[in-house]
Amino acid sequence: MSFSRRDTLALGAGAVALTALPLRVGAAASVEEVVAGFTGGADVGEGGVTLTAPEIAENGNTVPIGVAAEGAAAILLVASGNPNPNVATFNFGELAGSASASTRIRLAGTQDVMAIAKMADGSFKKASQTVKVTIGGCGG
Amino acid sequence: MISRRDFLQVSMAASALLGSSGFGNWARLAAQQALSQDQLLEFETYGNVSLIHVTDIHAQLKPIYFREPEINLGVGEARGQMPHVTGADFRRAYGIDDGSPAAYALTYDDFTALAKTYGRVGGMDRVATVVNAIRADRPDALLLDGGDTWHGSYTCYHTEGQDMVNVMNALKPDAMTFHWEFTLGSERVNELVEGLPFAALGQNIFDAEWDEPAELFKPYQFFERGGVKVAVIGQAFPYMPIANPRWMFPEYSFGIRDENMQAMVDEVRAAGAELVVCLSHNGFDVDKKMAGRVTGIDVILSGHTHDALPEPVQVGQTFIIASGSNGKFVSRVDLDVRDGKMMGIRHKLIPIFSDVIAPDPAMTALIDEQRAPHADKLAEVIGHTDEVLYRRGNFNGTWDDLICNALISEREADIAMSPGVRWGPSLLPGDPITREDIWNVCSMTYGKAYRSEMTGEFIQVILEDVADNLFNPDPYYQQGGDMVRIGGLGYRIDVTKPQGERITEMTLLKTGEAIDPAKTYVVAGWASVNEGTEGPQIWDVIENHVRKVGTVTLEPNTSVQVVEG
Repeated sequence: MSFSRRDTLALGAGAVALTALPLRVGAAASVEEVVAGFTGGADVGEGGVTLTAPEIAENGNTVPIGVAAEGAAAILLVASGNPNPNVATFNFGELAGSASASTRIRLAGTQDVMAIAKMADGSFKKASQTVKVTIGGCGG
Repeated sequence: MISRRDFLQVSMAASALLGSSGFGNWARLAAQQALSQDQLLEFETYGNVSLIHVTDIHAQLKPIYFREPEINLGVGEARGQMPHVTGADFRRAYGIDDGSPAAYALTYDDFTALAKTYGRVGGMDRVATVVNAIRADRPDALLLDGGDTWHGSYTCYHTEGQDMVNVMNALKPDAMTFHWEFTLGSERVNELVEGLPFAALGQNIFDAEWDEPAELFKPYQFFERGGVKVAVIGQAFPYMPIANPRWMFPEYSFGIRDENMQAMVDEVRAAGAELVVCLSHNGFDVDKKMAGRVTGIDVILSGHTHDALPEPVQVGQTFIIASGSNGKFVSRVDLDVRDGKMMGIRHKLIPIFSDVIAPDPAMTALIDEQRAPHADKLAEVIGHTDEVLYRRGNFNGTWDDLICNALISEREADIAMSPGVRWGPSLLPGDPITREDIWNVCSMTYGKAYRSEMTGEFIQVILEDVADNLFNPDPYYQQGGDMVRIGGLGYRIDVTKPQGERITEMTLLKTGEAIDPAKTYVVAGWASVNEGTEGPQIWDVIENHVRKVGTVTLEPNTSVQVVEG
């Protein structure tokens, strides 16, 4: 458990941000809008995309995330619970050795992280995983 | 590569052998035995490789009492499955007679009476006798330490783990993995690990900055035993920077990393490993899930959740061994490995009854040497107890009831919080409480007792957060501790609900009023993972309280109402 005043305030701020989320849809695109903007509304299949993320984040401010999809032209990374879910789009040119990328992202709280790959044939595939952001402590 | 067909053949051969190797008869065999050292150690040597597993010793060098949990709930697929079975149900599952030595060793009921009959358990000099006896049968047996070894006592704290390193080095393990060791701080851990005469393993110990395997900890080690090429892969506790203070070892990153585990299994198999053993500090449910996702591990020696199971649990082709904690048990696992495959397994969970197993004199002398500089401090009697004092259990233990009382009284708080760790031996009614006993249940490098103000809403956030670490139906999201223990506050918990909906009916016990989300309460606790936490050390808080009360008596704790669905 972490109980410092600073953490308390940080958590409080997170809660405020979450409750304010519906009002901010105008400012930041929703998950559905981000995905639709990438896929153009096409169906998204499963499989063929590898999303590497910790089950529980060691530090929610810098969470290592890896995405890979063989033969992908682009991969969209979405943090569904962030105030701005649109994290990044990785584009892979024809000369790219492999369609994989890794980065570190900030997560506002426990949420599903999603990777959607646009394949060379124009189809879309996705993978998602829950990443838990916890206040920690109390380990056996 | 092993084909699918080969796997099926291995499976059949293994199960055929299991039937003849005493599985299912453990308790009957144990019950037939009057307690003697020879009978506790009796084992028909089998196959060509022996493993000896010790884990979660928590620096308990001397014999202790240890009460197993009364409540140990499993959720999701783990519900009602081992090790989430306790008391009479546990005895029924293994055919253990009430009142038998096995009942005393493995279940909680009649603890005081049985403890007086059968005596203390553990003691590293007794463990040494058992290890030596197994090595007499099989000189090249592998001794594997699952970690949580350099933590948990007065002497371990004051020597920064050196007492345990000295004792374990004399026991000559072949490999070790880690958890609480890292709370010594990375500088001290590095120093101790660099000096180890055996392998320090963890395929999931990574450099935090570069997200690459840490140089100091190898993922695996090969051994040639009984003509068999054995690979031991280490798996450290995955959630160290979350469950323990990240700032104490900022250079390191962990995680389950089961895709890297699979890569390591494939790598050692490709290099000719005929037997693959995982020395794990995952916790039992995480090991079960991992065994279902990673193929090619023959045996997982499981640690962290302190479960003691008299028989292996099989997941696919993998056998999981749970060897208890606090030096109370040693597991012996004999394996028949032929033609590059494990063909059969024979296992015994050996309870270390301290009055039955003779201490190894050389080890007794070495242990006493570690303790001698601290002898007066350790032995000082602070008070007495009229209660059995224990910790294990999902929601509360009497030790934590006492600690919460101490926090409320000494720190003038409305509410107290004590971490749901699973270590800490027990005391019997009538026992003196020595300084050593107090340190055994609270020794740690971040033990300062904070006092702070929290809103009712934030207290609920904490309870929900910790509850999800324990009752998330997906084991990969569990951290392996028990529920945070609360003094001065009652609540209702439905373990089947998702996070945010489990905790209801929070009540301030001293007034009987419902907790107001907007109101501020004074909360005292210890073991904060935050850097710079201020307050007196928890052992001083407890000591002051016990001195004042003299003889500890406790009201039965009925403040948590549990709904199991």
